[in-house]
Amino acid sequence: MSRRRPFTPKVVTANHLIEGDVVYLSDADEWVRDLAQAAILTDEADAEARLIDASAQTGTVVGVYLADVIDTPNGPRPQHFREAFRAGGPTNYDHGKAHGQRPGPEV
Amino acid sequence: MYHYNDFDRAFLAERNAQFRAQVERRLDGSLTEDEFKPLRLMNGVYLQLHAYMLRVAIPYGTLSSMQMRALADLAERWDKGYGHFTTRQNIQYNWPRLADIPDMLDHLETVGLHAIQTSGNTIRNVTADHFAGAAADEIADPRPVAELLRQWSTDHPEFQFLPRKFKIAVTGSPNDRAVTRAHDIGLVMTERDGEQGFEVIVGGGLGRTPMIGKTIRAFLPKADLLPYAEAIVSVYNRMGRRDNKYKARIKITVYENGLDQFAAAVEERFAEIRPAFTGVDQAMLAGIEAQFAPPAFRAADPAPVLDDALAAWIRTNVADHKRSDHAIVTISLKKHGETPGDASADQMRLMADLADAHAYGELRISHEQNVILPHVPRDALPALHAALAGAGLGTANVGLASDIIACPGMDYCALATARSIPVAQGIATRLDELKIEHDVGHLKIKISGCINACGHHHVGHIGILGLDRAGVENYQITLGGDGTETMAVGERAGPGFAYDGIVPAVERLILAYLDLRANADETFLGTYHRLGVAPFKAALYPQEAADAA
Repeated sequence: MSRRRPFTPKVVTANHLIEGDVVYLSDADEWVRDLAQAAILTDEADAEARLIDASAQTGTVVGVYLADVIDTPNGPRPQHFREAFRAGGPTNYDHGKAHGQRPGPEV
Repeated sequence: MYHYNDFDRAFLAERNAQFRAQVERRLDGSLTEDEFKPLRLMNGVYLQLHAYMLRVAIPYGTLSSMQMRALADLAERWDKGYGHFTTRQNIQYNWPRLADIPDMLDHLETVGLHAIQTSGNTIRNVTADHFAGAAADEIADPRPVAELLRQWSTDHPEFQFLPRKFKIAVTGSPNDRAVTRAHDIGLVMTERDGEQGFEVIVGGGLGRTPMIGKTIRAFLPKADLLPYAEAIVSVYNRMGRRDNKYKARIKITVYENGLDQFAAAVEERFAEIRPAFTGVDQAMLAGIEAQFAPPAFRAADPAPVLDDALAAWIRTNVADHKRSDHAIVTISLKKHGETPGDASADQMRLMADLADAHAYGELRISHEQNVILPHVPRDALPALHAALAGAGLGTANVGLASDIIACPGMDYCALATARSIPVAQGIATRLDELKIEHDVGHLKIKISGCINACGHHHVGHIGILGLDRAGVENYQITLGGDGTETMAVGERAGPGFAYDGIVPAVERLILAYLDLRANADETFLGTYHRLGVAPFKAALYPQEAADAA
């Protein structure tokens, strides 16, 4: 008999329809661009309900899904490196969410 | 160069207007994402990790200076000041807003460029030898044929929903600089009894199942090219698998049916459709060929080479032109530590200005992510090098180990399983610190951030494939790949390396080569062929080698 894996903390994430930027759903059910402001969902039923609601916002966001996070005192931290790059921007330029973290392209 | 006629302009204007309306309907909610996605993909618009991406086709890699300036305009006005030249001779913009893309396409339209069929299961941008029309070793310029194929394949009603994407490459030279054997159709110009034709290669490809293309016709008369290409794509459209996207490329169709059965089906289809090609295509080709007349070359004496930096640049970045008083210049977009293939708007404009000043206004983009000035009078080389060097474009490394192909990887691409760009940056930076790459000589390093192999890692002398191994970036090394007319798929060296271990691993490989080579003239690939993989594995995995000793 297979044992169901326990639910782990998640955030609702997507890309913004117009900019394409990575966004997260906040506690107030608003789309925010900073992972630190995302609602950490620890209840599976709540997460599924939030996902369904968010997926219906087709005029605002694209590609809604639940992403695994680690619940830390400083807010959610990405579980997987792909989510870390989505949350932090590219590593070669000071663009997007990496703005202010690295030098820009040499001109 | 080919110039759009009234038909081309009207077609593009109509298509752009259609897409503008589609974007408006998506933004006002009239279209769902499921409805809109195939429409945006048909127009080169992807949604990547951080933003939308617009992929603009550069037909057979050829640009006028005016077109290059328009690409710079897009980078500056609607993106973040740069563009990324790709391994299919296209350019990608990584940060456009969806609402702005119709304006970007309208601006491209003014210079005869577009993004149609840069995505989707259609015939993609036809690529060509980046030295086409200038190379000393070519039979003839292959670009008129590439342009004919572009016109035939664009919006071809039968081929808009193929089982999978379809890529064609063409070269006019026996020395294959266009990786023709890794394409769905590869065309290598050849001659028989004084008649020009093509060796037709089919079923090549990289990706998760790398296959070397097979010759389906050793010699195809030039006049039969279009009906024969149509026969191949038509048979693939019918026989190609649609049940599994990983088995849908023509390489699998050819493999599963066997070349003989596939070829028989193609010949049967060719016999059916050949009579319908009554010569209109050849008349069109003649008109296209007239537009590819070479520039009015001026006589030029070689200028004296007075400094070491210029001499090094000429050794690596300058190739023989069909005229002895001219040269082909490759501008490296691989300055050590920079992102391979990226150019800022200012750099694009400078290259356009230099093309006007020294190269009859023509530029090319190579699949190796560099920019070519195909016709440079030799007396202009010193001034050209000085201007490039002042803009971060004078790096003397073409064909060397830091001239790395790298896909965008997980820094941008939604499909990627690991990063490519910082690995390339790290290898190039280390090579610059060691100051060994000119001694090392000809060495192709190619990096892909996933199994789809956009970075051509299978055909790198050293190939690097980035993967996700249990939630951690991991890099596999392959050795002995070759993307030329002697194409070979690299052999996996062994277990992968962590992100912080891949640059030291490549350094060990290169230092081992310097120890192992028979003499300074023996290339990395030559040494690999002579000695096999064992001594390179020993360098990559010193602990295992010590344990086995």
